[in-house]
Amino acid sequence: MKAFHTCGSVALAALAVALFFSPGSARSQNAAQASSSSDTPKGNVEAGKLVFNKYGCYECHGREGQGSTMGGPRIGPNPIPFDSFSSYIRKPTREMPPYTAKVVTDQELADIYAFLQARAKPPATKPAALMN
Amino acid sequence: MTKSRKPAVDRRNFLKSVAAGAATLAAPAEALSAATAAPAAPQPSAVMPLMPPLIETDPPSGSEVLTVDRSGSDFMVDVLKYLGFDYVCSVAGSSFRGLHESVINYGNNRNPEFISCCHEESSVAMGHGYAKVEGKPLCIFAHGTVGLQHASMAIYNAYCDRVPVYMIVANMIDATKRDSAYGEWPHSVQDAAAMVRDYTKWDDLPISLPHFAESAVRAYKIAMTPPMGPVLLVADSELQENPVEEGTNQTIPKLALSTPPAGDSGAVAEAARMLVQAENPVFVADRLARTQAGIDHLVELAELLQAPVIDQAGRMNFPTRHPLNQTSRRGAVIANSDLVVGLEAADLWSAVNSFHDQVHRSSRPITKPGTKMISISTGDLNIKANYQDFYRYTGVDLSMAADAEATLPYLIEETKRLITADRKRTFTDRGAKLAAEHQRALEGARNDAMYAWDAVPISTARVCTELWEQLKGEDWSLVSILRHFSWWPLRLWPFEKHYQYIGTQGGGGIGYNAPASVGAALANRKYGRLSVSIQDDGDLLFAPAVLWTAAHHRIPILSVMHNNRAYHEELMHVQRMANRHNRGIDRAWIGTTFDDPKMDFAKLAQSMGVYAEGPITDPKDLAPALKRAIAVVKRGEPALLDVVTQPR
Repeated sequence: MKAFHTCGSVALAALAVALFFSPGSARSQNAAQASSSSDTPKGNVEAGKLVFNKYGCYECHGREGQGSTMGGPRIGPNPIPFDSFSSYIRKPTREMPPYTAKVVTDQELADIYAFLQARAKPPATKPAALMN
Repeated sequence: MTKSRKPAVDRRNFLKSVAAGAATLAAPAEALSAATAAPAAPQPSAVMPLMPPLIETDPPSGSEVLTVDRSGSDFMVDVLKYLGFDYVCSVAGSSFRGLHESVINYGNNRNPEFISCCHEESSVAMGHGYAKVEGKPLCIFAHGTVGLQHASMAIYNAYCDRVPVYMIVANMIDATKRDSAYGEWPHSVQDAAAMVRDYTKWDDLPISLPHFAESAVRAYKIAMTPPMGPVLLVADSELQENPVEEGTNQTIPKLALSTPPAGDSGAVAEAARMLVQAENPVFVADRLARTQAGIDHLVELAELLQAPVIDQAGRMNFPTRHPLNQTSRRGAVIANSDLVVGLEAADLWSAVNSFHDQVHRSSRPITKPGTKMISISTGDLNIKANYQDFYRYTGVDLSMAADAEATLPYLIEETKRLITADRKRTFTDRGAKLAAEHQRALEGARNDAMYAWDAVPISTARVCTELWEQLKGEDWSLVSILRHFSWWPLRLWPFEKHYQYIGTQGGGGIGYNAPASVGAALANRKYGRLSVSIQDDGDLLFAPAVLWTAAHHRIPILSVMHNNRAYHEELMHVQRMANRHNRGIDRAWIGTTFDDPKMDFAKLAQSMGVYAEGPITDPKDLAPALKRAIAVVKRGEPALLDVVTQPR
């Protein structure tokens, strides 16, 4: 966490460059999995994870996008359509602070979206303690 | 009661004679002689002695009285016993050494028992948590200056939370009797209570023992009359330590607690009429239920009307699994209502309005035009100007300055009288719809809990579920605030009894949760309840030594750390500002997180004699650790699990 905080920007930039130009990298593999429709820009799951944490999305939505009643709603693993997702982040209408293009690029948004799409689905069976 | 037959002894002379006597035993004769012949010139390099010099210039007087049969503090302990205090929470302090000694020796350290604390803020917060479970205060001793200053934030929390806290702070009032060697000058003050008068209900400075007795009883009565709150007595150090003079009136006035103010009969009748006529009434309860009767009465009234209840969680007000509990649907229920009834709802405004925290703050009603409102609350009976814990003014149609718990039985009777068969059918239909919505919301919460089930750090919902697996079937009491834990237990567990949840800190002061939960566990101990606290990491850091108090006094409590390694709410606030200002959003962690180095709360607890495990980061390790820790608690000791968690 310390390294992430102190040199996160440099690390992220380096990672982004490395992933963009490495056809066999995790980026391309994850991007293929993350894109669910032709309208959704390709994002990178690993890069999205970094941005999601670095830019504080996790603070309200949890590190897996599971949401909370004292922060933001659940946004993964099935986020709203990308257009709605993107426009809300740029100009939120409720309590979420705005993330303008000055601080989060469109590509970073796509990466975050890919990360959220890739979150694990909840187990099918609920534990007994949850049901009584 | 034994009265002293000895002449009065001046405290300062008593100290001198004791000191000189000790010196005679310990020091060679020539040294004593030299020291008493002429005061030595001060040495420039000399450091301040830790204790006052043993040899003083005044020779001991053969006529001095060195012992006392019965001191003023003995009588004060008689008063405390009469008032029924089970415990005194205190950090030891010289200004109340008389009271301290009388509690442990004269009073045999029973009713009250002296509970050793390590911070006055913890003493008061323990009293805060204790009172919410036991329904009565414990007593707190502190210095009138430095102790009260430490205690002040916790007093503020109790004041905002309308909880009785009973403080005795000590002060050496007669300036000519103050001993510099013991720091009595900086520990003395003209008006000790002044610094907390804005957020206490009452205080006094008794100057005689009869005065002390009257004011002590009066203070108890005031603290326990709704709206309840902290009270403070200043106990003069001399009054504590001087012998009880022969003939001193040692009568303790009779205590009769005031019945809580109930609503005016006309207003109650009007409220019942409005409730029966309304198509969609809703109850908003905050600090309503002081006892199980408060919960039971609200259930009865809600069932009579088949009306929804929104619990603002200032207390345990309404069973979480009751079909009429619509707390998780509060927005929809309020928006659909035509009558909102606030029951000790300090912040009723926020229940019926939404607030928008963007650059230009704004708000709007969420109720329909024409929605009527009723408030039943003691809030209006004790408002002061300076501190703003009275929240935004709410324009209501009917306001009762009355205790809601005391008023409910009358409201129930009036409502029963007005309900017709036709209205009853309408209510039944309404109730069926609400029950279906309740079940849907519960299923939704269960589904939500499954997301991030295997996440590392561990999800708060997973912690909550694993904990419930161990608690179900026990007589449990959740003694912590839950706001930072996404309220998971209240959303998932079946809360029914008044001690199963004790609400929040009132004033929002951090450092409440750890000591208040230990205080609540102290109250639970004699009932054999299993006390559990979900303990925020940032909160514990304020005064962690309350863990030692729990270990020392064998107070059984399981503390499950919500270790998200941050002052997370503040982290979100700074993030909001960073976003708003568009100048970098990756530094909000500065000043808000503590993950470098990572704190080891298990070691912290272990260092104070508390059984502890952790850090636990794998959710699969949680259940076995909980089992081991609960076994320790069932043996009568505290235990702590350091669980590294998701933020919320």
